[in-house]
Amino acid sequence: MAEEQFQFTAKAKKRLSILAIVGVVLLILGIFSANSNSHADEASHGEQTEQVAESHGEEAHATEEHAGEEGHGYHWSKRIFANLWINNMYFVGLALLGVFFVAIQYVSQAGWSAALIRIPMSFGNWLPIGGILTLAIFLLGGHDIFHWTHEYLYDVNDPRYDAIIAGKEGYLNTPFFLARMVVYFVVWYLMFRWIQKKSLEEDLNGSSDYYFKLRGISAGFIVFFAVTSSTSAWDWILSIDTHWFSTMFGWYVFASWWVTALAAITLITVILKEQGYLKIVNTGVLHDLGKFVFAFSIFWTYIWFSQFMLIYYSNIPEETVYFIERLSSDHYSIVFFVNLILNFFFPFLVFMPRDSKRHTVFLKIVTIIVLIGHWFDFYLMITPGVLKENGGFGLLEIGMAIIFGVAFLFVALTGLSKKPLIAKNHPMLKEAEHHHVF
Amino acid sequence: MESGKNFIVGIFDDESVLLSAVKKVRGSDVKIHECYTPYPVHGLDDELGYKRSRISIAAFMFGITGTCLAFLMMIYMMGIDWPMIIGGKDHIAIPSFVPVGFEVTVLLAALGMVGTFFVISNLKPYGKPRIYDIRSTDDKHVMAIDLAKNKKSTDELSSILKESGAVEINEKKF
Repeated sequence: MAEEQFQFTAKAKKRLSILAIVGVVLLILGIFSANSNSHADEASHGEQTEQVAESHGEEAHATEEHAGEEGHGYHWSKRIFANLWINNMYFVGLALLGVFFVAIQYVSQAGWSAALIRIPMSFGNWLPIGGILTLAIFLLGGHDIFHWTHEYLYDVNDPRYDAIIAGKEGYLNTPFFLARMVVYFVVWYLMFRWIQKKSLEEDLNGSSDYYFKLRGISAGFIVFFAVTSSTSAWDWILSIDTHWFSTMFGWYVFASWWVTALAAITLITVILKEQGYLKIVNTGVLHDLGKFVFAFSIFWTYIWFSQFMLIYYSNIPEETVYFIERLSSDHYSIVFFVNLILNFFFPFLVFMPRDSKRHTVFLKIVTIIVLIGHWFDFYLMITPGVLKENGGFGLLEIGMAIIFGVAFLFVALTGLSKKPLIAKNHPMLKEAEHHHVF
Repeated sequence: MESGKNFIVGIFDDESVLLSAVKKVRGSDVKIHECYTPYPVHGLDDELGYKRSRISIAAFMFGITGTCLAFLMMIYMMGIDWPMIIGGKDHIAIPSFVPVGFEVTVLLAALGMVGTFFVISNLKPYGKPRIYDIRSTDDKHVMAIDLAKNKKSTDELSSILKESGAVEINEKKF
């Protein structure tokens, strides 16, 4: 069978490094402009605090004290933490759902994807880095990102006591939160290593035992993933808007992650194929990848709309506040509709005809748009809750996303180059080679 | 029904013989009208040189008609004919029309496709489908050649079919 080895060339590394430098420059420029803006705002800031105080009535005292305690309510470093969290969530999801893709293929005994299984597998290499970043960002910026981490909220004698948040203390407390975070990452990473190990042993020894073993491990991973993909979404994203909750949120984040991962797998497969790798991946397989992105873009929209529709129709203030926050702001309402256009209308209309899923040009354009679109989806989930009306989109956001993207690619491609590109003893490889799609 | 259409019908026992026969018959400049098999034969479409079905375009058209009709219906009912306030929403509350719009889209696309398929395969009411050989629903593969569309004589066509492995050759008139 075809043996292929991906070379992570010096040229590619150089290009990525240049891109990373561009990202760093944009980030620094972004920080400078955010910094000068926040100083310019400082004059008007006192006024803002008063307004907030008035609207909260009895909490007035608390707000003033709060403002005094932290210097002033908004600082540009908060925007950095928000951005770190957006990108971290986005790429942790990409890494995790890459492993999930592999697991799904083994459990369903899929033949079509056998030749490209190493690409999503390489995403998993980001998991330990993502885990360390998640922990570090939470420890450094937890108070900036998560309102519920403030201890005074749980103190009945404190004027800032919040009965609703205090009622969630059983689940939403820092030790349990950290324990969950560690368990998620450790189990995800160990399962990923186990899958990878068995798959590499299969390369060397070649027996169908490995295939059945991998099926078992994958099934275990999927069970753990089914629970943790939801709970991690509650922990890391839903808990930012602590008062608000949505029972669809776990699915919503999963859908967003899943489309992102599918788009990334498709994009990398297409690019590698254009560079002369993956010769046995035929047009039918690309067509199926395109279908996957098409179908799950619709799935994401379905979840998005179901969540929106139920809240819109039942019109309960505790729930609608989430969308009012996003739709009544000039800044977020644009992102709100951009999100829908990039992630639904664009892939839906462009990927509808058969031919567009079979041509690499369209596959590249649509997957890149979908990857950008779902970044905005995470932006919209996280920023309004963290930064309220101070959120912005500028060089800072672009720079940070580029740095994260380059780092992720570096880790994933290094992982890919260390192993054979094609799992040569995969029992379904022959089927993948002859995969034919009408 | 058009009358007086003559067909040469070749009967084949085996799908692989049929596949190679299709290649041979088409190779000797004969136009095949249609093949009938008891079950889908992989690769037969390619051998017969079929173009891709345009039913997906029909589906899209039916679907988009459904979307428009559903929205027009809801806007007329809820906004113009009998305006009602439901849950404090506007009369014409577009987000709440989306589920109905979606359902009608799916309904019309599905029914439209089935209808289109029935019409083009002559299963419409009062249409008599041509049955070239009843055994094509059981264990035989059938190849029909329209005599009017080929310049070759009946004998020539029969011998081509025989050479390519037909177990039986009949003439059929509709």
